[in-house]
Amino acid sequence: MSQQDGADPGTAVERVESEVPSTGIAVVDESDRLENPGFPPFRPRISDVDPEKDRQNSRRVSWLFLASIVGSVFAIVAYIVFPIELGNLGSVRLNTLFLGLGITLGLLGIGFGAVHWSKTLMDGHDLVESRHPTRGSDATRARAAEIFTLGNEESGFTRRKMIRNTLIGALVVSPLPAVVIFRDLAPAADPVPLLKHTLWAEGVRLTRDPSGVPIRASDVTLGSVFHVIPEGLNESEDRLEEKAKAAVLLVRLRPGDLNVSPGREDWNFRGIVAYSKICTHVGCPVALYEQQTHHLLCPCHQSQFDMTNQAKVIFGPAKRPLPQLPITVDDEGYLIARSDFLEPVGPSFWERSL
Amino acid sequence: MTVEIHHPVKETTDTVPPGPGMRLTNWAANYVEDRTSLSGFVKELGRKIFPDHWSFMLGEVALYSFIVILLSGTFLTFFFQASMAEVTYEGSYPALKGLDMSAAMASTLDISFDIRGGLLMRQIHHWAALLFVASIGLHMLRIFFTGAFRKPREINWIVGFLMFVLAMLEGFTGYSLPDDLLSGNGLRIIDGLIKGIPIVGTWTSYLIFGGEFPGNDAVGRFYSVHILLGPAILVALIGVHLILLIVNKHTQFAGPGRTENNVVGVPILPVFAAKAGGFFFLVFGVITLVAATVTINPIWNYGPYDPSPISAGTQPDWYIGFADGALRLIPSGWEFVIWGYTLSLNILVPVIVLGLFLVVVAIYPFVEAWITGDKREHHIADRPRNAPTRTAIGAAGVTFYAGLWAAASSDLIATHFKLTIEGVTLGIQIATVLGPFAAYFIAKRICIGLQKKDREIALHGYESGRIVRLPGGEYVEVHEQLSEYDRWKLVSFDDYTPLMIRPDKRGRITVTQRVRAALSRWFYEDRIAPVSKGEIEAAHGEHH
Amino acid sequence: MVSAALLLIGLLATGGAYAAFTTSATAETGDSAAKLIDEGQALFQANCASCHGLAAEGTENAPTLIGVGAAAVDFQVGTGRMPAAASGPQALEKPPQFTDEQVAALATYVASLAPGPAIPDERYLDGKGDLTAGAELFRINCAMCHNVAGAGGALTEGKFAPPLGNVSGKHAYEAMLTGPQNMPVFNDFNITPDDKRAIITYIKFLQENPSPGGLDLGNLGPVSEGLFVWIFALGAIVGITVWLTAKSN
Repeated sequence: MSQQDGADPGTAVERVESEVPSTGIAVVDESDRLENPGFPPFRPRISDVDPEKDRQNSRRVSWLFLASIVGSVFAIVAYIVFPIELGNLGSVRLNTLFLGLGITLGLLGIGFGAVHWSKTLMDGHDLVESRHPTRGSDATRARAAEIFTLGNEESGFTRRKMIRNTLIGALVVSPLPAVVIFRDLAPAADPVPLLKHTLWAEGVRLTRDPSGVPIRASDVTLGSVFHVIPEGLNESEDRLEEKAKAAVLLVRLRPGDLNVSPGREDWNFRGIVAYSKICTHVGCPVALYEQQTHHLLCPCHQSQFDMTNQAKVIFGPAKRPLPQLPITVDDEGYLIARSDFLEPVGPSFWERSL
Repeated sequence: MTVEIHHPVKETTDTVPPGPGMRLTNWAANYVEDRTSLSGFVKELGRKIFPDHWSFMLGEVALYSFIVILLSGTFLTFFFQASMAEVTYEGSYPALKGLDMSAAMASTLDISFDIRGGLLMRQIHHWAALLFVASIGLHMLRIFFTGAFRKPREINWIVGFLMFVLAMLEGFTGYSLPDDLLSGNGLRIIDGLIKGIPIVGTWTSYLIFGGEFPGNDAVGRFYSVHILLGPAILVALIGVHLILLIVNKHTQFAGPGRTENNVVGVPILPVFAAKAGGFFFLVFGVITLVAATVTINPIWNYGPYDPSPISAGTQPDWYIGFADGALRLIPSGWEFVIWGYTLSLNILVPVIVLGLFLVVVAIYPFVEAWITGDKREHHIADRPRNAPTRTAIGAAGVTFYAGLWAAASSDLIATHFKLTIEGVTLGIQIATVLGPFAAYFIAKRICIGLQKKDREIALHGYESGRIVRLPGGEYVEVHEQLSEYDRWKLVSFDDYTPLMIRPDKRGRITVTQRVRAALSRWFYEDRIAPVSKGEIEAAHGEHH
Repeated sequence: MVSAALLLIGLLATGGAYAAFTTSATAETGDSAAKLIDEGQALFQANCASCHGLAAEGTENAPTLIGVGAAAVDFQVGTGRMPAAASGPQALEKPPQFTDEQVAALATYVASLAPGPAIPDERYLDGKGDLTAGAELFRINCAMCHNVAGAGGALTEGKFAPPLGNVSGKHAYEAMLTGPQNMPVFNDFNITPDDKRAIITYIKFLQENPSPGGLDLGNLGPVSEGLFVWIFALGAIVGITVWLTAKSN
């Protein structure tokens, strides 16, 4: 079984010279290798020797198959005898359990029976089959090569270059329409502007999720957190798509605890602040608010945002702080947005800052 | 090497006169055979030999779980509605009655609560899916650690790798079908990930979801992939995989009588058919037992997907865990705006690292073949200890994967072991980066240590526990020599040396050659040679 | 001193307005109340004042209790969190140190210091609220910390939201109302008393209905399912393969 190591001089690494004929890269002198001792003597099993054991194992196999029958029948009976009483979760549990156990026994009985049969009763000798080298014989390869050559000659494939080249061109281009027609998986509009706008606008009231009831500033006491949607969201045609951008978290902090950066002084109302609830990492709702530490935790990848510092990132894989929704109060005391968010909400995308 | 192999048994073909029941079978067999040449198949394959080792059955576990998935999935397709159209749930689960949700979610609830056997089938399907990917993983590890990917099986490795990726895709699309809160948040994460891809991200997200997330199309499209494209390609690949297995024949572990030129084991009919067939029922039975007694994916607790709520402990199914973990491990702030374009390295680095990891897995056979220069066919499976560097690389790879996987459950680790999530994250960051190196080193030394122990036993036998007092007063523990059959297993591995560089025709040594030689040196420098005949004779001379 | 007085005035004002708007029952009034207050004060001096101050005005170790209301005391002391024992990221639930009467006394005493959230009326704890609405509110307001099935969850820096498997309706109501430790306050404007009743109905539903699919593995989701499949399912199957391929006797 000697093989080239495939090392043509000058193109690959060669192995160290050795007196041993080239056998790849083995180096141990072949003649000093221990030899394969051949098969060990056959050890008969107890069923081979003792007819009583044979009968016993045979009975066991049959019992297992019988158990399978019992199981399958039990499953059918259970299906009928443990019906589902609509609304009664316990009945669902019983139906699932007993139907399942019956089927389990039906299957395991066959499985264990078949395996036990093969292990203890079927002929236990190891048999041998020869391997042949996977590659075809030289004659077969030659015939295959000859067939291709004939095909080539009779068609003139390589000789008629014009035919060949235009055929290849045609075959390459013909699937392209099939690729192109998948364009309309997406609507015609440009996705980027959509990502930059939400339902929030000047005067839109902050309302409770999911009821849509507006929120008064006086409702928001210290330590509270409100889950907020814009007024009108529930009537929107694309309710979930809009909610995926417009969901907001509303909390109240002591004005003294709040660090407001220049330009954002009127974005909060007496310590009530509103931030986008959509994580700037990959978009999960950032909803775990700790009222004493003022930390906001996202449960997906553990990004943390500091609500006293404009929701900037203090831990975790996010980078950008949560966008802040500028809010104020209308003349009835309800919280309203001053405008839409001043930056796109949610996860980053390539065109975000353009 | 030429060895006289004494066949343990002669194949006998005693003809049995047909009894009454056999006549119908004979007629049927003849009818079919006249029209299909089936006897040719039977002749070729009926007594094909399969080696018998438990680790060779892991691929079967994968195959059988796949069949269970197909069967249970077919049942589900009769009841599931892959539509995101909004309906009001009027089924029987009390805590969701009257709620608006997609038809997909509502039909999944109906399957679970209003159809007998529905919940069982859902649970069988999902448990079988988890087992499918797990068994593929374990199977691939077995192939890796025994070197069964070497020539002539490299193509089959690639086919298997493709199935591995496809299985994960099938699982992901599958658990996203009910449109529940857990899988919906998973989709949200994937959408965020896609949006973060430079240049094409926003458009790709738009294309997949048919517009803005979540849209009305995702479930329907995933359904097409999940019940049509995915299974069809998987079935085709399984076919190729099995055909190649038959053509190449299965590998076998070294043993007395087993050579590179034979296969020793049991014939398909009757033993292998009984064992493999029985095993199918056993795998199916275990899956059903688990599905009958343990809850999986209780979508009724999660409720329908909505972008606002989320559950503590939101993780994907285990086989996507390494991706979720990778996202969690990135430190803060890895995002930059360059000339107005946002480059989200906190997303791209995980994507690239995971992509590279998968590529390394896929191309490993070719890299190892290049390093070793070994172009022979290999049909004897390596014991992992006899390929220390490969085993150590595998250990490092597993450790890296495990670090990423563990990271996905960082919040649960924190609550259960009373740690901080910050501490757990830091700990896993360190473990994932440094762990693979430690694992490599430890695994390699253990392999070499085990090889040394094998040498010791081959040369000097094993300690029998009998202490003998020699006439001179010396106490000695008697060593039992191994039988030549047992010893063969310890000495029958190939010995390699690193490749040597030679200058080419023009007297130069290319960079590629230097790299190849360096890698070869790394691969084979530390090695233990198998015990040779001379050493055995010398050892025997020393002892009695 | 001045700040404490100002604080008192401010809290009286808001607490008074608050009490006017809430619909839950207020603390007892009358002679029996006076006895309770005395008893509560005695208990307070002995067990709480060392951290919370003799007049419950707070110290550097613990916040003021003026205005926290009977609900807060009933929750904290009733679940055993108070008196706090070991130091750590948060006070842990443990066996309550006081009898129900003593808890009532403490609660009445603290409530007497200034108006604050009161112990909820029974009718909000009957578990007969709107189950579907309660489930939806639970998922939006509670699940992100406590998990959709109330299995609990991690917070930052070693804190956690506890599992809800054994919480009583009354304590759940009080926790929502008072926002213990880092749990936010869900006042009655945010989650109305009827909403709270619905949420409690759902919590009881979760507690009383084991999973129809079988063992729930702690309701921790895919992580426990994955561990189970690798350890038990694949483990059993590998065990079967070892048996299957072993030579029979």
